[in-house]
Amino acid sequence: MTEIIVVTSGKGGVGKTTTSASLAVGLAQRGKKVAVIDFDVGLRNLDLIMGCERRVVYDFVNVIQGECSLRQALIKDKRIDTLFILAASQTRDKDALSKEGVERVLNELADDGFDYIICDSPAGIEKGAALAMYFADRAVVVVNPEVSSVRDSDRILGLLASKTRRAERGDGAVEQHLLLTRYSPDRVAGGDMMGVEDVKDILGIEVLGVVPESSGVLTASNAGVPVILDAESAAGQAYADAVARLCGETVTMRFIDAQKKGLFARIFGS
Amino acid sequence: MGLFDFLRSRPRGSATVATERLRIIVAQERAQSGRPDYLPLLRRELLEVIRKYVNIDPEAIEISVEREGNQDVLELSVALPEKGVAAPATDATPASDA
Repeated sequence: MTEIIVVTSGKGGVGKTTTSASLAVGLAQRGKKVAVIDFDVGLRNLDLIMGCERRVVYDFVNVIQGECSLRQALIKDKRIDTLFILAASQTRDKDALSKEGVERVLNELADDGFDYIICDSPAGIEKGAALAMYFADRAVVVVNPEVSSVRDSDRILGLLASKTRRAERGDGAVEQHLLLTRYSPDRVAGGDMMGVEDVKDILGIEVLGVVPESSGVLTASNAGVPVILDAESAAGQAYADAVARLCGETVTMRFIDAQKKGLFARIFGS
Repeated sequence: MGLFDFLRSRPRGSATVATERLRIIVAQERAQSGRPDYLPLLRRELLEVIRKYVNIDPEAIEISVEREGNQDVLELSVALPEKGVAAPATDATPASDA
């Protein structure tokens, strides 16, 4: 049984691709067969984050247009045997994607025995984003604790509830998860950033994970190594926790409390 | 937690303002979503038609779509002015001076 997971947000720059890459790696590390697809036609970046940009020969649009086979376009990850990347086209525009074409590719992946298909959505609510979410069974809505991101996420939640195959067929709702990124526990404690509970209350859905603001994310994207592979970084650990929760495990939230300061720091300031 | 932490409650920073603003706008937008997007235009055209016969206030028309079971019901309510300048409904002719 193949599960299709869309990683979406509405707003740009909140960490969708970073999240897609890390969730895909995390699931594949657990032995699952995973394909991660970049739906951002014209502005592809998943290949860079995954570190396979020089190995892209054919892309998603080529497959949809019948210019190559799916097998030719899937890039096998060099680190994990069961992980495959399908890059977006860099030269076409979003109209090159069609509902029928996307469905055909997803069906072929399902027939090929993939356990998970991660759809990395572009920002916005236009065609690319609409198609990335349309066939989803579950959605990971990436949100920063910041007003515009939260509002856009709510809009996306509305679309997930109405503009998806599940919604149209009445097959039960797309399972929705929140993933907070760029979270700064110190700023939350200081009252200048909305906390997990605030965001959760406003949007009314469960939280899959909280990824703290971490220098590891930039280091990882610089190197083309998904941050989940950096077990030293807080972000990497937070993504590993999120993957465990995605697989149904109960894991306590980490990285949401401000670091306690010692007596010295309290007296003399941070 | 320090010994004197109870003396200062969690600071009321900008995050509280953000949360309150978002609660309001999200509730408002959720109430609007799912409503057909032709409603504002329908409202304006209805207003024009009704104004051929009765001089009503632009705010006097309320339109809403309610879901009752499996049916969507379009509710339309028009408040007529107290001292109507209404033309008789039977031989209504569009006002020639309009």
